Amino acid sequence: MDAPHTAAGQLARRHRFQWWELLPWIAAIAAFFAFPTYLAFGTQLLIVILFALSLDLVLGYAGIVTLGHAAFFGAGAYTVGMLASQLGWNEPLSGLLAAAAVAGLIGFVSGLVLLRTHGLTLLMLTLCTMALLEQAANMGAHWTGGFDGIPGLSFDKILGLFSFDVLYFRSQYLYVLAVLLLCFVAVRMLVYSSFGQSLTGVRENLLRMHAVGAPVRARLVAVYTISAALAGVAGGLFTQATGYVNLSVLGLERAAGVMIILILGGYGRLYGAFVGAVAYMVLEHMLAKAYPTAWQLGIGVTLILVALYARNGIIGIGEALLRRLRGGGQA
Amino acid sequence: MSSARLETKGLSKKFGALEVAREVNFRLEAGARHALIGPNGAGKTTFINLLTGALPPSRGSVLLEGEDVTTLAQAKRVKRGIARTFQINQLFRGLTVLENVCIPVSERMGVGGGMFRAAGRRAEVLDEAMRLIGILRLEDDAGRRIVELPYGRQRLVEIAIALGLAPRVLLLDEPAAGIPSAETHILLDAIASLPRDIAVLIIEHDMDLVFRFAERITVLVSGAIYAEGTPQEIAANRDVRAVYLGGALDA
Repeated sequence: MDAPHTAAGQLARRHRFQWWELLPWIAAIAAFFAFPTYLAFGTQLLIVILFALSLDLVLGYAGIVTLGHAAFFGAGAYTVGMLASQLGWNEPLSGLLAAAAVAGLIGFVSGLVLLRTHGLTLLMLTLCTMALLEQAANMGAHWTGGFDGIPGLSFDKILGLFSFDVLYFRSQYLYVLAVLLLCFVAVRMLVYSSFGQSLTGVRENLLRMHAVGAPVRARLVAVYTISAALAGVAGGLFTQATGYVNLSVLGLERAAGVMIILILGGYGRLYGAFVGAVAYMVLEHMLAKAYPTAWQLGIGVTLILVALYARNGIIGIGEALLRRLRGGGQA
Repeated sequence: MSSARLETKGLSKKFGALEVAREVNFRLEAGARHALIGPNGAGKTTFINLLTGALPPSRGSVLLEGEDVTTLAQAKRVKRGIARTFQINQLFRGLTVLENVCIPVSERMGVGGGMFRAAGRRAEVLDEAMRLIGILRLEDDAGRRIVELPYGRQRLVEIAIALGLAPRVLLLDEPAAGIPSAETHILLDAIASLPRDIAVLIIEHDMDLVFRFAERITVLVSGAIYAEGTPQEIAANRDVRAVYLGGALDA
């Protein structure tokens, strides 16, 4: 009786919340108490996780190859920065919503055009979109501060209660953590939904998705827009937490960095963003200490090793180990 | 004459100077069990691509139950009930068999874009997918990923995906190619389990299967209909035997 539906049960269980999914959040709270002097670093780490999570949605799940995802991070960062500097709009939560809206809109409009293409063409067009925004930010100095960016921003108290604490970063950290949790819950719901399943379908076989009558382009534009909005939130958080915004939020370095993080952690795996971000930033920290001039070499070598021997990243290695521990019963 | 389930009128397709479909006038009746045969390169798969809308024709029209669907996009034709399988597997290789079948079932039920409910909690989709998996005797493999399955089993998933669309017209492009001969009966049983009203068109090189399955056969040669009739008529047709069947029937 039960036998024919074990596969259905498996699928249902996968979507259910597992106890170990609490671990990253417990670790984040523990870090808050254990490393009070590292909270600025921790805040940046959480922002990078959110950014990587947004990229995972398009790259890992939908298989949209993009090198220009920093366009949306930058759009969100500049939205918050310009609202504060030009209009004196310093309220943090509505600032994040504005960041999401602007980045989402740019994602939607560029997605309508870009997502007609595939592969290398798509890759180049995402890169171009980002370069256009970067140049716009560079040239619109009156609003964006041009090359120097907008320094010295300050923001209102969060919910009118907790002020941004430039010395110890306590409220920033918890604020960013709360936003990350909310966004993560949304992303998790999305990837396990029928919509998410259809995105993996597009990634696995585009031809077949057309043949089963799925509105492929509409789905891709939808996920691209959602992902852009999330990246925009990450960018908005960056500006609020650091109090400045400059061209570095839009560059290729940021776009490539987040991609490396996802590959390192394992894409299309939800938690790859977490593991990859931690691994990357710890690796960067340690390598920069040991070899201040050549630390990027270490990242590069690690990336080559992952690409050659662990295509599914650190999470993939963990999955393979688990399978072996269970005696290969699943495989 | 009443309108056929699917009909083509003067359907032609040119790739430059190469004409791969020439003035094809073809009728697939409701409840048909129809086979399309012909030598390699006769334009059989192209003909299916024209029917599904994967390729636009150069001339002519495609009618679904009397209604002109020639300019209708592929996805819209699927919604109207035209489903196909592929000669070379087109599966979601990294996903499980169950997920492979859930995808078309979700699309057909109109929940493929649902963002709020977990796919694993849509009982109506899961039950229907498991029913189809049962028809193709894939229950034991339902939780396995496509890449872990032998090719013959993958071929059966290919058909389960098409059935997931609850088609009114089912186009099978060499469904038996790659299925061990001991298992082709699963394929025939699956077709036999379909509601009788569904029109089935099969492209197949396995003449044994064709003559067991088909109630009507069309022979395509160089993009044009060469002969059409009952299996007995086709088997008796000397020209067809000469150009195509040859040894297959003598053996």
